This record gives sequence, C-alpha cells and structure tokens, in this order.
Amino acid sequence: MLVKKAIKLLSITILSFFLISNSFSIEPKDFVQQTVDKAAKALDQNLSKDLKISKLKVIALKSVDIKGIGFYSLGKYRKNISDQKKEEYLEVFTKYFLKTFSSRLAQYSDPKIIVNSQKKLNDKYTMVSSILIATDDKPEVKVDWRVVTKDPDNPLIIDLIIEGVSLAKVQKEEFYSIIQSNDGDINALFKNLKEFVEKD
Amino acid sequence: MSKIFKVLILSLFIATSSMAGSDGQNELSKNTNGEIKDCFETVNRGIFAFNQAIDGLIFEPLAKGYLYLPSPIRTGTSNFVGNLSTLLTIPNNVLQGDFHIAGKNTLRFVVNSTVGVVGIFDPASAIGLNSYEKEDFGQTLGSWGVGEGCYVVLPVLGPSTARDAIGSLGNYMGGDAWYNVTVRNDTQYFSDFDYYASKGAGGVDFRAKNFEDINNLEENSIDFYASVKSLYLQDRRKRIANASGATQTQDDSDWEEIE
Repeated sequence: MLVKKAIKLLSITILSFFLISNSFSIEPKDFVQQTVDKAAKALDQNLSKDLKISKLKVIALKSVDIKGIGFYSLGKYRKNISDQKKEEYLEVFTKYFLKTFSSRLAQYSDPKIIVNSQKKLNDKYTMVSSILIATDDKPEVKVDWRVVTKDPDNPLIIDLIIEGVSLAKVQKEEFYSIIQSNDGDINALFKNLKEFVEKD
Repeated sequence: MSKIFKVLILSLFIATSSMAGSDGQNELSKNTNGEIKDCFETVNRGIFAFNQAIDGLIFEPLAKGYLYLPSPIRTGTSNFVGNLSTLLTIPNNVLQGDFHIAGKNTLRFVVNSTVGVVGIFDPASAIGLNSYEKEDFGQTLGSWGVGEGCYVVLPVLGPSTARDAIGSLGNYMGGDAWYNVTVRNDTQYFSDFDYYASKGAGGVDFRAKNFEDINNLEENSIDFYASVKSLYLQDRRKRIANASGATQTQDDSDWEEIE
C-alpha cells in the first residue's frame, strides 16, 4: 500500500516537473512574436513619449541580451580589459543601449510585424525571420532576429538584421572607430558613452 | 564638372584600388570588421561633414517640403526615377549573366514607360513584374570579384568605395542610356537639365523616404560617420551577393567569440 502511494507520488512529481519544464520552454519565433506584440502595444497606446520609452525599456530588459550585445560591440578590446573595467563598461553600456533602443523605437507608431520562420544556426543561436508590413509611406522591410538559445527556457534577442544590415555590427564598428581614432584607448569610448547617456 | 569628377575618381582608383579574385568563399560571411581600408579617413570625415552641411541646407528642407505633397505625387516621382534607373540596371543584369532578369526588367521598362505614362505609374508590378532590384557597375565589378579597395566619401554623392566609384564611371562612359540621351549626346529631345533634375529628384525622394531613420540614426550615434560607413558597406555586400536571407549575410564566427 505504502509502496503504491510512493510510486503514485513519484509519478505525479515527475509528471509535474515535466509539464512545468515544458511550459517554460518557448520556440524562438513565438518568443519574438510575443516581444514584438508587447512593443507594438506599448507604441500603440495613447501614452506620452516618456511613458512609451519607459515601457520599451522594461521590455528590452526582459527580452534582450544587453550584456551579450555589449561584449560583442567591444570586439577584440574586451579581451584586454580588467574585470573591473568590464563591470564599469557594462553599467554604462546598459544605460546607453536602453536610451538608444527606446529612442529609436519610439518613432514608430503601431508597427505591424509578422514573424514567418526560424532557422537554428547552432546550439547557441537561432535566426528568426519576419516582415515589417508596408505602409502608405514605407515599403515592406525584412527584419531578422538573432536569438540566443543557450537557455531554451529563456531566449534573448541579441541582434536585429534589417534588410541584411546587422545593427549590432553597425554598433561594433562605431565603437571600433572611436577606440581606433583614440590610439586604442578604451577610456575614450567610455567617455563618449557617458556623455551620450548624460545628454538630454 | 563631370571631367573633374572623373579625374578625382580615377585618381582615387589608381591610388587605392585592389583587384581580388574570388576565393570561393562567401565574401559576405567574412568578418570584415575594420578590414576595409579607410585610407583617407581625415579627408573622408571632412567631406562627410560637408555633405551633412549640404544635407542640412538643401536636401533635408526639400525632403521635408516634399513630404507635404500628396502621396500620389510622391509615389509618381518615386516610380519615375525608379523607372529611369532600370536603364542602368538592364546592362548590369546582362554583364552579371542574369539574362532572364534583364529580359524581365526590359519588359518592365517598356510597360511602365508606355502604359505607365513615362514611368509615373507602375502597371508592371500589377502584372507580376514586381521583384525589381537596382544594379549598377559597382555591383557588377563586385560580382566579378573586384575588391572594394579603400572606403571613400564623395562630395554630395556620399559613401562609396574605390570599386564603386570607378564603377560609376561606367554610367558616364556610355553605360547609362538615360545619361547618353540627356548629357552625353546632343539630342533634340532632352537636355542636361533633365538628367540632373531626375538625379536631384531621386536624391530628395530617397531623403524623404528615410527622413526619420536618417535623423534618428544621427541623433543616436556617438560616431555618425562610422555608423553610415558600416551601413553602406553591409548593404553593398548584401546587394552584390544578391542575398535574400540574413543567414547568407551574417558571420557566425563573429558571434562565437562571446562567452
């Protein structure tokens, strides 16, 4: 009797664990569509620009791998900096990213994005393809999303590729240019980022 | 003016061009960060600042005014300049061996120039000839394996590379039928003005279509020059490869380095 109860309990525990773990796992394309829908909702509402921006920042913090973009943008220079500098960089980069991300998106009102497909590149990344629907003024735009899938339960967006142009790469080359034109001094980049974050 | 322009570009080409045979790898998927030579960065940045001033004085205000025009007028202008660009695209389709596309684009040009009233309307798209992609001599040279050479910023015309700049010489040496009938040959039907007015209209139309995006990019860049350079080079590489999907254009090894 006791053995039967124990088996039943164990089965329920295993089944519950299985169901819970599966319910958290999400397909990258579904994750992108959900994120896009949330952002569209934030932009569609009759809210002030400041409130829209703060809502977009919350979405970005939950769905974007800001740390990953930050290190990618630093390119080869991330290998030569101390842990303390890395922390300092990530702090200012996060502020910089959130400011540019929300400011760039806030110009759109009610964008209609349809997610079409996904392609697993490897265990770490999946590319999700979508279309920004044409409006009277603008043609249809292909938007691809590089999603980090190292943790399948918690996918994160790490790059946006608009008509073949990677925004992360644009940022990386921008940072590279600043460091290079200052004789490889990474502090010049930090200074630029801080100034950008502080300006109105 | 055009002679000075040609000499300038030719000098740049001689000084900087590089011929590179294709090594069989997808050029797009190589990590090109920092690899393209910005041989004249100081001069380029100076010309870039000059172009920004020209934009602020001429193109941005014109584009702003243009955006107030009724949508059908803007669409008509866009169609008209787009139709003229087909005349440059067709020979490049042929040079790249895309004979089927050249045929489709020729049909597209004929339909839009006649039924579409000199290209103001786009009936060709309505009959299925709607997948038009512009091609130029820079893209053709790229598809033949010619390397980009140095990055250059041309006065008024904007970002380019030694290869693309030398490629654009093809337009002025008989490769662009619209240039031939307006500027190069003394025809009684068209004048130089028609050519330059169409190019000006194309510039304003482009600026207007990307009005917010360009201004937003500028506002949110800590080095606008570097951002424009990256955008231009990525876009050209994608166009030369005629890539349709992001997986064809992105370099995964670039991402593998991140812990």
